[in-house]
Amino acid sequence: MKSNLGKLAVWVVASALVIGFLVVMSGRALLPAVDANPPPAAGAAGLPDLLFYALAALTVGGAAGVALSRNILWSAIGLLFALLGVGGLYVMLSADFLAIAQLLIYIGGVLTLILFAVMLTNRIADVNVSNVSAGLYGGVLIFVAVVPVLLTVALVTPWNIGALPAVAYTTEPLGNALLTRWILPFEVASLILLATLIGAIVIARKEIKAD
Amino acid sequence: MLQVSLPHFLVVGALLFALGLVTVSTRRNAVGVLMGVELLLNAANVNFVAFNRYVIGDVSGQVFGLFVIVLAAAEAAVGLAIVLAIFQTFKTIDVREADLMRE
Repeated sequence: MKSNLGKLAVWVVASALVIGFLVVMSGRALLPAVDANPPPAAGAAGLPDLLFYALAALTVGGAAGVALSRNILWSAIGLLFALLGVGGLYVMLSADFLAIAQLLIYIGGVLTLILFAVMLTNRIADVNVSNVSAGLYGGVLIFVAVVPVLLTVALVTPWNIGALPAVAYTTEPLGNALLTRWILPFEVASLILLATLIGAIVIARKEIKAD
Repeated sequence: MLQVSLPHFLVVGALLFALGLVTVSTRRNAVGVLMGVELLLNAANVNFVAFNRYVIGDVSGQVFGLFVIVLAAAEAAVGLAIVLAIFQTFKTIDVREADLMRE
């Protein structure tokens, strides 16, 4: 009980500090620079804009499902939607190869792996208690502390936005870049994948005693 | 003409990052923690690709994104293997129960 009170006091002090910092920073930084990014040319929101907002809603909604769902299986479904939305955003950013890689590796590989882990480690019968979340107030506090700072940075900074290059296939330039300029990281990544393969097998196998 | 610009994508990345951070820090289920890590990596990746499109105009940001995806796959494989090992040892994957080294 005493430690709970202590934790509560710590959280309260931290939140007061964060909120005070935000108030000071927003008063100093937000107002003079709020028009640093000129608004884009006026006009009706076209179909790509609506598509972007739909994808963003899918992504953030899926992430919220991961963060807030009580059932670990629903968290996995939310992760599926978040990853799908991110893949769609890659397409809007003219990164077609990355979008396909997202589909194949994340949804086809990582998500399947996570679902396997869920099935192997949870008693599915009482799945409703399998994903209890600790410290709702701490989570809310972290959210309140992180989001305004990041949004302020994203919206206020005068980004050096150049002329947009035309939408083009990126597979060929990506392959060229990987095998010329980034050849060393490419090889190191393959080494890491090999080490991961062996390490995962060694960690996850059942120990066989030789007696 | 597309009105959506760089800050829109950065906002999506920021929300994704914050939700991933909340997931990592509040979940007791180890698999849930790993899902939060995936969200964090995706948020960073959205920012990489958005900056690549709007500021660099090259493919180097996408190369970085590709490496992030590869390392995320490796991280998921090792992390889930560790989760399975923890489950075999402790018969639970509550991250608070795995405190053998604290005693």
